[in-house]
Amino acid sequence: MFRKPLTLSQKKQWYGVLFVTPLILGLVILFLLPLIQSFRFSLSSIHLVEGGFAVDYKGWSNYSNLFTTNPDYPRRLTESVTNMIVNVPIIIIFSLFAAVLLNQKFRGRALARAIFFLPVILASAAIANLDISSFVGGSTMSGGEGNGGLMQSFELKKMLTESGLAPMFVDYITGAVDRIYEIISSSGVQILIFLAGLQSVSPALYEASRIEGATGYEIFWKVTFPMMTPLILTNMVYSIIDSFSHNSINSLISETAFKSFEFGQSAAMSWVYFAVVTAILGISTAIISRKVFYYD
Amino acid sequence: MKSPAAYADIIQYRFNPLEKSKLWLWKLVRTILIAGFCFIILFPLFLRLSVAFRSKVDIYDPTVLWIPRHFTLDNIKIAMEATHYFSALLNTFLISAGTTIIQLASCALAAYAFARLKFKGSGLLFGLVIFTIVVPPQTIMIPLYLTYRYFDLFGLVKLLSGKSSVNLIDTFWPFLISSATAMGLKNGLYIYIFRQFFRGIPKEIEESAFVDGAGVLKTFYRIMLPNAVPAIVTVLLFSFVWQWNDSYYVSLFLSKVKVLSTQLMDMGSALGKEPDLVYQSMLLNTGVLLLTAPLIILYLFVQRYFVESVERTGIVG
Repeated sequence: MFRKPLTLSQKKQWYGVLFVTPLILGLVILFLLPLIQSFRFSLSSIHLVEGGFAVDYKGWSNYSNLFTTNPDYPRRLTESVTNMIVNVPIIIIFSLFAAVLLNQKFRGRALARAIFFLPVILASAAIANLDISSFVGGSTMSGGEGNGGLMQSFELKKMLTESGLAPMFVDYITGAVDRIYEIISSSGVQILIFLAGLQSVSPALYEASRIEGATGYEIFWKVTFPMMTPLILTNMVYSIIDSFSHNSINSLISETAFKSFEFGQSAAMSWVYFAVVTAILGISTAIISRKVFYYD
Repeated sequence: MKSPAAYADIIQYRFNPLEKSKLWLWKLVRTILIAGFCFIILFPLFLRLSVAFRSKVDIYDPTVLWIPRHFTLDNIKIAMEATHYFSALLNTFLISAGTTIIQLASCALAAYAFARLKFKGSGLLFGLVIFTIVVPPQTIMIPLYLTYRYFDLFGLVKLLSGKSSVNLIDTFWPFLISSATAMGLKNGLYIYIFRQFFRGIPKEIEESAFVDGAGVLKTFYRIMLPNAVPAIVTVLLFSFVWQWNDSYYVSLFLSKVKVLSTQLMDMGSALGKEPDLVYQSMLLNTGVLLLTAPLIILYLFVQRYFVESVERTGIVG
């Protein structure tokens, strides 16, 4: 039996298939099937019976219940989404700023970088629940104002208000300053991505703009920032996804499933949430990718 | 030999008082900013460290700020007892280390296939991988739980053992199975990182390996992997740390088996007999410190490679 041996490219393809086999298995068993099942659950009510569980089809009532009879869900959903919308721009601005700072040459740079990535190591849901600002004993340290966290920015608020900024912006900025720890601790990976990006900008560009007599400020806005736009997109997507992992709606979904055993209700909640997040991702990506500049 | 522009720079800075003062001012501002941010990051850590060694007497003593007056190890002892520290630590370490190594293998293999061994439909498959990052874990939480609760691989289990399904809850299997199939915690991100990195490695290296008679497998582990050390370090650190800190999947799959993050969540009820709320939060913070201490020690050793590797990770492509 004579068979033509495989060419190298064919061989490579088969190896490729071989390499992704576990991934395909996982995708099917642990992702796609659960996804379909979860959608089925959201349209039905589930109760555990002997040796398994029974599913009764109920139609769209789970979804309508969410917005008509459920007391918590709409409130928490809007809360989570507003938090996301408020935080993501701040996180991106801050991480770009921090990455530019850390990219410069100064003494102790390695130490500073090591410290800036610490939050990546320490960030965790369990720890976020036990935020240090809830530590009552810490109130002796922050000058006796234990309520509302460690840092308060009254001075800044007064200054900004007097300078004639709209109250909305003032609240936004001071709110960001008050939550500085939260913002820093959730921008570790984003700083990483920006740093890696800054490293890959060709030095020739900087040299050329120097020769042309651009100031540092101009160089940032005309060279660095455009080169960073693709990463801003990446980081925005990452930040939005990352805000999944610690917000109040998650705990509500988990509680609905495992405390009150309303599996169908919980699945419906997560699907609505997923739809909202996808919509936000789609809209924001569409807006940002128009402005993205690819240097090729 | 520097470029002329660099010399111009030097001359400009060295002899122009305005430029010089601007430079110094910027240096000063930068130092203040970085020091401030570092302080904000380190403050909770230092506070916890200081709190961990305080005795009860020091709580209401306003003169004690950082250094405890009555130095004691009681808090750590109580926190360790409340969390069954060492058994939980062992479990956490086993899960984290196991999943990290398996995830590294499965993600690197898949990413190499996406980067270099393209086949029909690999683009679509990669799109699916990205899609897994976007779907919130809550969406597939319940079916995933039920999958492991009544685990039955296409009816294989039924054939072999005659039972209708296996209960894998409260074992390490869910974590190992998820990792082996590259569906674990944030695995989509790791595949993305690896793929970007492998794409950045010149094709010529690979081709020369093929010409010299190495097969695809050999090329992968003799050529690609040694070149991908930065990406490997990044993914290693991320997956280990995130698995260690994860409380979501752990509380989903394990109820009797104790790991650190779930123990920490239950610690409040374990300390229920402690009437003093301030002292209770002190103990909780000590518990947080105990959870993160191994990670911090690990980070001290790894951070050098980590920070260096970040610059060449090719996250950016």
